[in-house]
Amino acid sequence: MGGLDFSLIDWKEIATAILDTLKMLGASAIFTIILGLPLGIILYLASRSSSRRVNSVYVVLSFVVNILRSVPFIILIVAMIPITREIVGVSFGVLGTIPPLVVGAAPFFARLVETSLSEVDRGVIEAAEGMGASTQQIILRVLLPEARPGLFAAMTITIITLVSYTAMSGQVGGGGLGDLAIRYGYFRYEKEVMIIAVVLIVILVQFLQMAGDRLVRHFTRK
Amino acid sequence: MIELRHLTKSYGKGTHITTALNELDLSVEKGEIFGVIGHSGAGKSTLIRCINLLERPTSGEVWVDGVNLTALNTKALQTERRKIGMIFQHFNLLSSATVYDNIAFPLRLIHTSKSSIEKKVNELLALVGLQDHSDKYPAQLSGGQKQRVGIARALASEPEVLLCDEATSALDPQTTDSILKLLLDINKRFNLTIVLITHEMHVIQSICDRVAVIHQGGIVEQGAVTDVFLKPKHVVTRDFIRGESDNSELFKQAMSGDYPLKSQVLKITYLGGKTYESILSKTVRETGVDFAILQGTISTIKDTPYGQLVVRFEGDPEDIVVTKDRLIQQGLEVEVMG
Repeated sequence: MGGLDFSLIDWKEIATAILDTLKMLGASAIFTIILGLPLGIILYLASRSSSRRVNSVYVVLSFVVNILRSVPFIILIVAMIPITREIVGVSFGVLGTIPPLVVGAAPFFARLVETSLSEVDRGVIEAAEGMGASTQQIILRVLLPEARPGLFAAMTITIITLVSYTAMSGQVGGGGLGDLAIRYGYFRYEKEVMIIAVVLIVILVQFLQMAGDRLVRHFTRK
Repeated sequence: MIELRHLTKSYGKGTHITTALNELDLSVEKGEIFGVIGHSGAGKSTLIRCINLLERPTSGEVWVDGVNLTALNTKALQTERRKIGMIFQHFNLLSSATVYDNIAFPLRLIHTSKSSIEKKVNELLALVGLQDHSDKYPAQLSGGQKQRVGIARALASEPEVLLCDEATSALDPQTTDSILKLLLDINKRFNLTIVLITHEMHVIQSICDRVAVIHQGGIVEQGAVTDVFLKPKHVVTRDFIRGESDNSELFKQAMSGDYPLKSQVLKITYLGGKTYESILSKTVRETGVDFAILQGTISTIKDTPYGQLVVRFEGDPEDIVVTKDRLIQQGLEVEVMG
């Protein structure tokens, strides 16, 4: 390879980047789940309702979700700048990346939630209905526990997707490992920092996937 | 206990309407085991699911224990449904919950205290014989054990009615019998009204008091199992009973044989205690005719023993007539077949 020199690396900068990535990831994952889980449940319920009015709610929600999912993330960040400023006060830095990350990932997660829920055996839901369970009880005591392995798999996929989204947050000065890799490797041809940043991202993704798989396995009863 | 009035259920709209139930009336008495038998597609599944309104009828009324369920709002319906237990062909247990938690499920819905849940669940585990399996998950159980969990769960809220939707159709014959025995046992013990649907005559014959035969969305024949079973009127009913002991070919052969002219074929039916009496042999000894049994069944309907024989009598025509009359006098049913 020739000319790879790791001695000049500013480890402090890398440590800051790791911390920034984890902050962005943690905060955006939490809000993505908080928003995406109910949205997924609503999508699931609305798609199965026999009422025509509720079905039209599904059509509208589904359309919005599809739009948000089709806008490229980098464009979403820029387009959201005014809204981001409204919500968190700034449109840059770690804080400024969180609203676009959540808006980008929550619809994606909601779709995965909807899919996991629709895999729950229809007969079990019916049995609960027959026992006089309310819709709320069916959600909390049947749908969510039965779909648990699928929901953990969905969370794993979503959080890993968020890792790659955080890399693009450099555009609004978000910082983090991905930003580091792009700034050093792509703009300055300093491969060393880029390699280290990418390796760290790979390790992070591997760790997340393993943890997710473990949870899925732990809760699978079939 | 249960009354279905002019129940109609149709699916689809416009020109694509299919009618699953057509102006159907049915009433089930308290404490009885009522069976509905029909081929697949006859509407029996729709019928049973209309009783707890898992399926909402297009028109008509459903009355359970004096309450018109079709007139209730969602909340009141949820309360009434707790009086109606249900078990299913595919058990429909929560795969993510243990046996214990599955049985506790209906009790937790109504926020029963932990200690009374524990008491009730243990009672039910003992009733269905699954004390040693309370911490297992459904995937670790056999089909029969899963249905026992289903029964225990259905009984947890102490229902007035138990609906069985093809509850034994996914089980092997031995397991079917053990589940039927359990159902009969809880019927007697709790005076629980049971409605079951099935496509197996064997199930009806084993435990039901009354039966209705459903065909193309309507009931074509109903009554006490002994009546319907021994004297089927509708062709669909006959199909089910013949399917149970299919030796019609054998019977045809026996009937078409070359026999002396002085003979007559009679179908003799006897019920209850008469099954064990030697009426036939005593009678022929007195009248002096000979006989050959062409076809016969001796079995039980629920707890009632019965026999049905197709017998060819040979001898003097007058003696045969006397034989026939004597059999009737002694309480047997005799039908001339040829």
